[in-house]
Amino acid sequence: MNIVDNAKLAAQAVVQGAMAKLVPLAPDSWIPGGVPDPLIARKHGLIGSPVSRRDGPLKVQGQARFAAEVVLEGMVYAALAYATIPRGRIATLDTDAAEAAPGVVAVMTWRNCPRMNPPAVFGSSPTAAGPSDLPILQDDRIHWNGQPIAVVLAETQEQADHARSLIVATYQADPSTTSLAAAKAHGAVPGLFMGTALLNEKGDAEATLVAAPHRVDHLYRTPRHNHNAIEPHGATILWDGDDLVIHDMSQMVTATAATLAGVFDLEPAQVRIMSPYVGGGFGGKGLWDHQILGAAAAKMIGRPVRIALSREGVFRLVGGRTLTEQRVAIGATADGHFTAIVHSGIAAMSAHNNMPEPFILATQSAYAADSFKLSVDTVAMNMLANTFMRAPGEAVGTFALESAIDELATELGIDPIELRLRNEPDKDPVSGLPFSSRHIDEAWRAGAEAFGWSARNPVPGARREGEWFVGLGCATGTYPYHRMPGAAARITLTRDGRAIVEVAAHEMGMGTSTTTAMVAAERLGLPIEQVEVRYGDSIIPGAILAGGSQQTAAIGAAVIAAHHALVGELLKLAGNDSALAGLSVADVGTEDGALCKLDEPSRRESYTSILARAQRDTIVVTEQASQPLEIQHWSMHSHSAIFVEVAVSSVTAETRVRRVLGSFDCGRIMNPKTARSQFRGGIIMGLGMALMEETQFDERNGRIMNPSLAEYHVPVQMDVPEIDVIWTDIADPHTPMGAHGVGEIGITGVAAAVANAIYNATGKRIRDLPVRLDTLL
Amino acid sequence: MTVIINGSSATLPGDPRVSLLDFLREHLHLSGTKKGCDQGACGACTVLVDGERILSCLALAVQFDGRQVTTIEGLSDDAGLHPLQQAFIEHDGFQCGYCTPGQICSAIGMAAEAKRGLPSHVSADLTAEVTLTREEMQERMSGNLCRCGAHNGIIDAIRETVVAGMAA
Repeated sequence: MNIVDNAKLAAQAVVQGAMAKLVPLAPDSWIPGGVPDPLIARKHGLIGSPVSRRDGPLKVQGQARFAAEVVLEGMVYAALAYATIPRGRIATLDTDAAEAAPGVVAVMTWRNCPRMNPPAVFGSSPTAAGPSDLPILQDDRIHWNGQPIAVVLAETQEQADHARSLIVATYQADPSTTSLAAAKAHGAVPGLFMGTALLNEKGDAEATLVAAPHRVDHLYRTPRHNHNAIEPHGATILWDGDDLVIHDMSQMVTATAATLAGVFDLEPAQVRIMSPYVGGGFGGKGLWDHQILGAAAAKMIGRPVRIALSREGVFRLVGGRTLTEQRVAIGATADGHFTAIVHSGIAAMSAHNNMPEPFILATQSAYAADSFKLSVDTVAMNMLANTFMRAPGEAVGTFALESAIDELATELGIDPIELRLRNEPDKDPVSGLPFSSRHIDEAWRAGAEAFGWSARNPVPGARREGEWFVGLGCATGTYPYHRMPGAAARITLTRDGRAIVEVAAHEMGMGTSTTTAMVAAERLGLPIEQVEVRYGDSIIPGAILAGGSQQTAAIGAAVIAAHHALVGELLKLAGNDSALAGLSVADVGTEDGALCKLDEPSRRESYTSILARAQRDTIVVTEQASQPLEIQHWSMHSHSAIFVEVAVSSVTAETRVRRVLGSFDCGRIMNPKTARSQFRGGIIMGLGMALMEETQFDERNGRIMNPSLAEYHVPVQMDVPEIDVIWTDIADPHTPMGAHGVGEIGITGVAAAVANAIYNATGKRIRDLPVRLDTLL
Repeated sequence: MTVIINGSSATLPGDPRVSLLDFLREHLHLSGTKKGCDQGACGACTVLVDGERILSCLALAVQFDGRQVTTIEGLSDDAGLHPLQQAFIEHDGFQCGYCTPGQICSAIGMAAEAKRGLPSHVSADLTAEVTLTREEMQERMSGNLCRCGAHNGIIDAIRETVVAGMAA
């Protein structure tokens, strides 16, 4: 933003100040017949205005101290040695030379590691965060190629790294499954996602498909991916008596603390996870072996431990997105009506975790069809536990589904946008629930116009500029609205009119702390400068996972609940001498740091006055968010229409992405500045998925072959054009603030839009990601 | 042996294995310089040595006797943020903020390279004066990875300040 924009904003703020009006309290649940959040109707407040992120000054000066940068007195440095076979036992493990090396304090192996319980695996309970149910450094068994077998602890990192290189291990290998073909030969089993079978059937889709006048039926493949946050995983760990303190980088502080308590036989309150800054997460910054190993090591030697994984270590120890093979078949009439959608296939998984990449989720509510058959099966491989990565399920599922839609459009000779709109459902086609807010048609129309879709020549290979074939493609993206139970907020109001809002949420760059301050300021009727937000600490009540794009909604509902409690306390404190005497929570609203009677705003008293008269310095309230009943009543999703222009070289077959436009329907946008960055970030990760990203797995031995940022390619500046982002900004009346999640939707649909554009440019249909030069030559 | 870091002198480490990056982070606790890969692939550790951008993870600290090193901590002063730091905030040129110090140091080094007339892979004329077009900036900043996807905001911030000559 330049100076002129700043001046405009300042002027706007003055106007807004004059227009400030009473905001009633929000409802605390969203059920049929309820009322929408009153903040939706407030058009000139902070919500919807571009606010720079609050941690910006710290981050641009390098003053934000990340987990592996915390310095503790007497701290030692850890280095890890990794197994080199996929399955078997350690036969010999010679650590003598390492132990004798300069600076080495100890070498921890399964022989001397403190006894620990296996972590509760993610999904096994609401507070479980473990990567798998495997014991960690408790025996001589090897379960994946790359499993840690020793932790060297030394006075400096250089000493630890050198000593680690002196460890010699030999193995007794057991039979293992490291090729997809072998895994399939052992048989697939139905996938269970968070306790629910990944299977939907409506009618006889296979028979309907065979009878359909037109159909497409193809197999699509997506490879393994790694999150590759630029901050590698690490932690700085201290035992304070019997209490465990971890400076961590976490998307789930509360669940991590609870799970570690289980590992070390502690009460949850004895474990504190602090994570004020997270250098990128994308699903990868949960609980992995390194925090547990670091805590065990600190316990063993009685000193604090810094355990910072190398980039290779991140690939060996932190799982990513698994591979999928997906069949998508669509049957249709000549006018494009879908009679059958089949989306089925397999995802690889280890035998010890719980994450069957749920690639059918988007298909469940994307289109109307007469019949459906959707299923995910899993096959077991000896590999590192796979996990959630940005839009788990939807990112890869939309590649298959939206490629197939494009193929069908070609088959039918119908514009692919028109084909999608003709099959727009009026209610959720699988669950039968009404949609809470679905304006995907508007997103398509606005996007098509802004992108210039009408100029596209549907004939592949028709547009050529010099050596370049140019093509346009599009795809739908979608991601569900989530609001998980367990969120809470604590609000502290001080006598000088400031509020401290505490939520056990996380800031990984989404802008959470900024948006939380904006929303809290609006609810409390305070200037944003007087609202402090604290987060990223397991000591804060409640649990708010930074996952499922749910933080904004979860925090929003928790702040609403705490706000109700706060107003109740203020009215009690105000007592009979106040202008507010006799009023209940339902009678009042907030404005300019005061409570006012809704229909008689001159009956008011400021927070500072109430606290001063009551001779109180602070009021503190903690409240749990209401149960997320809204998701039982409506089918709730974010939506997008993604447009891409590519150029494919006729000489080298290199694909260049020249233009991207994302048109989003994601409820009310809270902070356009940070939301735009979320959308763009997701889209760019989608470009990587389309054209370059793949974790290469050696099928001979289960070893990851490209464990570095030099060999796992992510989009760099030269790969990223200017990305246009527009949105409908239509509030969902059934959510806090009218908002939907924006963190994951961006990546969905992008890989299909790129592949569809490549088809339009070249006539070559690529169904395996990433799209490589050799498949286009 | 001493090195000048952000104007202050510091004694170089006795262990010759210590990288400049680890010297900054672990010995001097200047953790604004980030470690993303420790193998020269991500650019997060970029610092300025006598005005030139280098990857401090690929440099041994003992090589820098008598040299002037500027890190992200040395760009702002009591008068406030460096214009490029302010522009990164205004244009939302970051999300998580981890690659940001490297991006900012790299952009300042890039502007100096362009001023000296150093061509890049996309320069059509290797001897011409360098104009920092969008493509030139993209090419010259491609060694600094950003996984959050702030690429557009980074370019906008650089264009507004470095290209306008405010930060060279």
